Amino acid sequence: MSKSKEILRGAEIFVRALKDEGVEYIFGYPGGAVLHIYDALFKQEEVQHILTRHEQGAAHAADGYARATGKTGVVLVTSGPGATNIVTGIATAHMDSIPMVVFTGQVATHMIGNDTFQEVDAVGITRPCVKHNFLVNDVSELAATVKKAFHIAHSGRPGPVLVDLPKDITAESCVYEYPSSLDMRSYKPAIKGHPRQIKKAVDMILSARKPMLYSGGGVVLGEASEELTAFTRKLGYPITNTLMGLGAYPATDRQFIGMLGMHGTYEANMAMHHCDVLVAIGARFDDRVTGELEKFCPYAKIVHIDVDPSSIAKNVAVDIPIVGDVKHVLADMIKALKENKNRIDKAALKDWWQQIKEWQDTDCLRFDRKTEVIKPQYVVEKLYELTKGDAYVTSDVGQHQMWAAQFYKFDKPRRWINSGGLGTMGFGLPAAFGVQLALPDETVCCITGEASLVMCIQELSTCLQYGTPVKIINLNNGYMGMVRQWQEFFYDSRYSHSYFEALPDFVKLAESFGHVGMRVEKTADVEGALKEALAMKDRLVLMDFITDKTENVYPMIAAGKGQNEMHLTSERELA
Amino acid sequence: MRHILSLLLENESGALSRVAGLFSARAFNIESLTVAVTEDPTISRMTIVTSGSDEIIEQITKQLNKLVDVVKVVDLNESNHIERELMLIKVSAEGDAREEVKRLVDIFRGRIIDVTEKTYTIEMTGSGDKLDAFIEALNTKLIREVVRTGVSGIGRGDKAITI
Ligand SMILES: Cc1ncc(C[n+]2csc(CCOP(=O)(O)OP(=O)(O)O)c2C)c(N)n1
Repeated sequence: MSKSKEILRGAEIFVRALKDEGVEYIFGYPGGAVLHIYDALFKQEEVQHILTRHEQGAAHAADGYARATGKTGVVLVTSGPGATNIVTGIATAHMDSIPMVVFTGQVATHMIGNDTFQEVDAVGITRPCVKHNFLVNDVSELAATVKKAFHIAHSGRPGPVLVDLPKDITAESCVYEYPSSLDMRSYKPAIKGHPRQIKKAVDMILSARKPMLYSGGGVVLGEASEELTAFTRKLGYPITNTLMGLGAYPATDRQFIGMLGMHGTYEANMAMHHCDVLVAIGARFDDRVTGELEKFCPYAKIVHIDVDPSSIAKNVAVDIPIVGDVKHVLADMIKALKENKNRIDKAALKDWWQQIKEWQDTDCLRFDRKTEVIKPQYVVEKLYELTKGDAYVTSDVGQHQMWAAQFYKFDKPRRWINSGGLGTMGFGLPAAFGVQLALPDETVCCITGEASLVMCIQELSTCLQYGTPVKIINLNNGYMGMVRQWQEFFYDSRYSHSYFEALPDFVKLAESFGHVGMRVEKTADVEGALKEALAMKDRLVLMDFITDKTENVYPMIAAGKGQNEMHLTSERELA
Repeated sequence: MRHILSLLLENESGALSRVAGLFSARAFNIESLTVAVTEDPTISRMTIVTSGSDEIIEQITKQLNKLVDVVKVVDLNESNHIERELMLIKVSAEGDAREEVKRLVDIFRGRIIDVTEKTYTIEMTGSGDKLDAFIEALNTKLIREVVRTGVSGIGRGDKAITI
């Protein structure tokens, strides 16, 4: 693509570079330091700017967009408070390895360091929570820096990259040339796994008598669902997904035994505890998964596949590490499986499945279906049925998030969108907005709690402006439910500051933002209300479900406990 | 165990703070850190002295490698290597001490590089242990100021760490 060389101003170079990078949406909020850029955006039509109501909303919206589509989310904010307001959004993306490029305005280069109006050291503040960041010092480096930022954000283990743009740089001119390729000597992510390691791993996997597959968000990010499914079906082994990995393997498949971890299923956690070979695929042995490390998988030999070498042997010692892109590695493993002469011990595998069936018979997700007061689990279950498991579901943080993960069965990747790593309340609504913008014809639901929802409630206004008909399922228990649950269990029910003395009328609140509001108070009305809301294809509906105030999330592994020490419910203490 | 890590990294303004920030954010030990540009003006060489179990050193190495500005990380402990540190030290040198300090400097093969009526300024290079030993050998009352650079390290033999 060699064009005649044009001389452009920095702000125009910026916009052209985004266009050449194929960016369709940029989520942002203007301010003094980025006014040249906003002027350049005004004069073109290819890159669409989406105006949120708060910079945090812009970051989460770009993040939701990225999680649903696999493309890189793009954010533009001003210097100073604009930059500090997106830190939560950047850290959220960083913890979940989401590809995102964030542009922050900065005061002019000669003013940096003078405590200038709206100056903060954005590069310094964000350094610990980005994959990489840049301060552009010279307009001649601008286009190449944009290119690098996108390359780094999207390749290897993805993550957010921040580019700080001093105002004078956006005013100066130079020849525009967008590099068509990049070669960075200091950044070369691994792709292929080592063949010898793969061979060794396959030998070990075939020798298992109580095998277990455990896959995480890496499979979603690495677009490796198909390979994971083929690999798992070929083996006939049980599989569990992490909170971030849900949907990477079809939840309705008989080999899937549910999510694992603190609020995972009894069968998944017991199978982890008792397995003799564990294959971790694009998962990072997070503390919410492992429980007490000393007690984690005591009998297992472990194979770990990950694109990031630093994920391997970080928390848990591994017998066979394989560093590589999970899609490539799984494809090679399937090939190696076919070539391997060893056979699975069918009888042992049958016994293992029999044992798992027994664990499954505890019916660990059972809840009381006969109450008039609405059980939150029931709402999620009905939503799942009515959307046929095909909706994109975002969530916030708390009990509702766990119920969404437990009761909505995701058969496809990228449909379950939540802040698993940082656990950011306020993520759900702006993320749902970003998803709906990217996928206007899909059903997008945000399963949230009243405390989380109000944290970024202002984005209801953005949803009206861009006509995104998100369905908000507010599981309103009046409490910060997850906090209340911990206070009940571990602080003798001293509910310190986890109850709201005053909450808005969510129906009126929705209406005041120009949307539809509904209140549902009885179990018998849940299904009808959901149907009615889902039928409103072009309206945002905020559904306020008044749920059981004191329902708890079960099963649960308490802090310091092993995977075989789950509480089933307050009445049913098993294991 | 104590390890000496050698890094090649992009000579960019933020690179040092990325490395330093990594050590504090992940609660890794850092005994000393030295850095300067190499014969190639785009590349800096850094020597980090740290300590920890094998698992921790493995994590440190992996995390350093993950930094986008870092081109190469070598654990010098994995083969024979040489370490040197430079120390500048100002001591009182009056009366009997004047001769005594001079003798000690000779024994340790240091050099006196600045002299006043009351003081000597001494330059000394060597391993960290040697510099420690010199400080130990001096009468502490004589020491006025100690400046140490931290360790620089290089592998023995004809192999070189390059990009
Ligand atoms: C920004 C932020 N602040 C605080 C927390 C700690 N926290 C975790 S869950 C929770 C309560 C959430 O309440 P709600 O949104 O009503 O959901 P519920 O648990 O009731 O379903 C809190 C305060 C958090 N995760 N994020």
